[in-house]
Amino acid sequence: MSAVRENEGLAFVGQGSTWRRALSPTGNTGDAVFRVLMLGVALLMVGIVVAMVAALTADSMASIRQFGFGFLTSQRWDPVKGDFGALPFIYGTVASSLIALLISVPFSLGIAIFLVEQAPHYISRPVGFLVELLAAIPSVVYGLWGIFVLAPFLRNYIDPALASAFGWLPLFKGQITGIGLLTGGIILAIMVTPIISAVVRDVLAAVPGSQREAALALGATKWEMIRVVLVNGAPGIAGAVILGLGRALGETMAVTMVIGNRAQISPSLFDPSYTIASAIANEFTEATGDLYLSALVELGLILFLVTFIVNGIARVLVWNVTRKTGGVGRAA
Amino acid sequence: MNNSDYIRRANSAFMTAMTALCTLLAVGALLIILSHIAWQGIGSLNFQFLTDSPRPVGEGGGIGNAIIGSLVLLLLASGIGLPLGICVGVYLSEIGRGRFGGAVRFIVDTLTGIPSIVTGVFVYAILVLPMKHFSALAGGVALALIMVPIVARTTEEMLKLVPHSLREGALALGAPQWRVTLGVVIPAAAPGIATGAMLAIARVSGETAPLLFTAFGSRFFPSSLNEPIASLTVQIYNYAISPYDEWHAQAWAATLVLMTLVLSINIVVRILTRKKF
Repeated sequence: MSAVRENEGLAFVGQGSTWRRALSPTGNTGDAVFRVLMLGVALLMVGIVVAMVAALTADSMASIRQFGFGFLTSQRWDPVKGDFGALPFIYGTVASSLIALLISVPFSLGIAIFLVEQAPHYISRPVGFLVELLAAIPSVVYGLWGIFVLAPFLRNYIDPALASAFGWLPLFKGQITGIGLLTGGIILAIMVTPIISAVVRDVLAAVPGSQREAALALGATKWEMIRVVLVNGAPGIAGAVILGLGRALGETMAVTMVIGNRAQISPSLFDPSYTIASAIANEFTEATGDLYLSALVELGLILFLVTFIVNGIARVLVWNVTRKTGGVGRAA
Repeated sequence: MNNSDYIRRANSAFMTAMTALCTLLAVGALLIILSHIAWQGIGSLNFQFLTDSPRPVGEGGGIGNAIIGSLVLLLLASGIGLPLGICVGVYLSEIGRGRFGGAVRFIVDTLTGIPSIVTGVFVYAILVLPMKHFSALAGGVALALIMVPIVARTTEEMLKLVPHSLREGALALGAPQWRVTLGVVIPAAAPGIATGAMLAIARVSGETAPLLFTAFGSRFFPSSLNEPIASLTVQIYNYAISPYDEWHAQAWAATLVLMTLVLSINIVVRILTRKKF
């Protein structure tokens, strides 16, 4: 049996057909089939991304032709008159994501530092699992909780306090309803915290122990030692934050349920806003007319391209750190 | 010890306490959310609620059709997504080692971060528009697209944990690569691959955005894959944004059902992996 297979293999190699050898270095026919099948599935992945770009572009062509680059800078969103501009949605998406990062980055760093550098094993494992569970809660559940618990809480306690303390800032002026940009940002912050902290945990764990020992040996306090670790992991931490940004930009249900869904650019964080994802979720099934639908698909295309780029940058940053320092750490 | 040393030590103690506080707040948020769901949801939960289909306001009704619908969608998604994802994982771990393999890994990783609403728009464009109606099939495909990259990456990680000596041993016995992979490597990693699959199912069972305009939703028990179908998540969304207190209460109860499913999968996976690794 094995002799036959060996002969088959030799026959393959003997033919000197290079593409066949590339498919199956062993010269086994089964291997060639197996490799082609697996390669086909891998190509399918590439195909899906290409098809996404192609399908989204094709279906947003009407809107692209009609509005051109003005789509990105126009503030008008008037389905009745057929006049569409994405600026309010871009503003709402970016603003809510920035609020989310502003709140969640310090928390995520604190959680990751606590779990990696301070907590003993028997605490960090179960507590780490609980923090990860926050990421397992579905978006629509956060939305439900946001509408009925978080929004009333902010309306009755936090927003009035902010208004009386910082009311002279345009950020905290206006009517307090509990539904608006700030509430959307806070819900997003809770949702991205487990994601950012999980990646930062990996990054910190990849920083070699010798760095910690060196800092402590030079007389550093625990916190000074942690700062050394943070500087070492800085590119990876940046990657984690950008990963969280990518998640926040595309988050749909929870934001849709608490942000107010009004296409406007208001300086106040208390005012209703609208994100790209919410606009698609809310208006897609109601869109009457090809141009309306096309404008919504173009919003989807923008969201796709932005998150693709943001995620790409984040992956490269995180990969580099966890690979390089991971390798050094193992050697040390 | 001089004065600045005390300040440094105090600062260190303060900052480390702050990190513990951050963690405490995150765990506190989790417990607050979960206990609130349990407290709000338990009241409306009964046998009739779990088996009945929705009715107009004031007449009760339940989420039986949504539970069945979600299960149908999850089965469809798993049927399409799991085999594809596992194959991609096998490719990444066993075959794609060069530049192209790296490119595929990068694309799979980035696909994980594509917002699920965009996946919904994509499936709308390629399935719903040509078929001219919403369908369970389109919903299943949308969920499958979200599953594939997750399953692919966990499968790859699990296959890479299989010691090289196992592969070498099988190859040395004369087995070709496909038999080594299918007969030795994948069975060795099977428990890990299965837990990865369960996590992916837990993840998509909570997805709402990609179903809004693919599976759409329905007030009846499903009868065909070619028709719109109800799901727990879309039902929760529709009830949550409705103006009726009765529907709000039903949304909480449906959430309790959904969270029970999601959390039990996560906890089972946690227990399984703790024993294994």
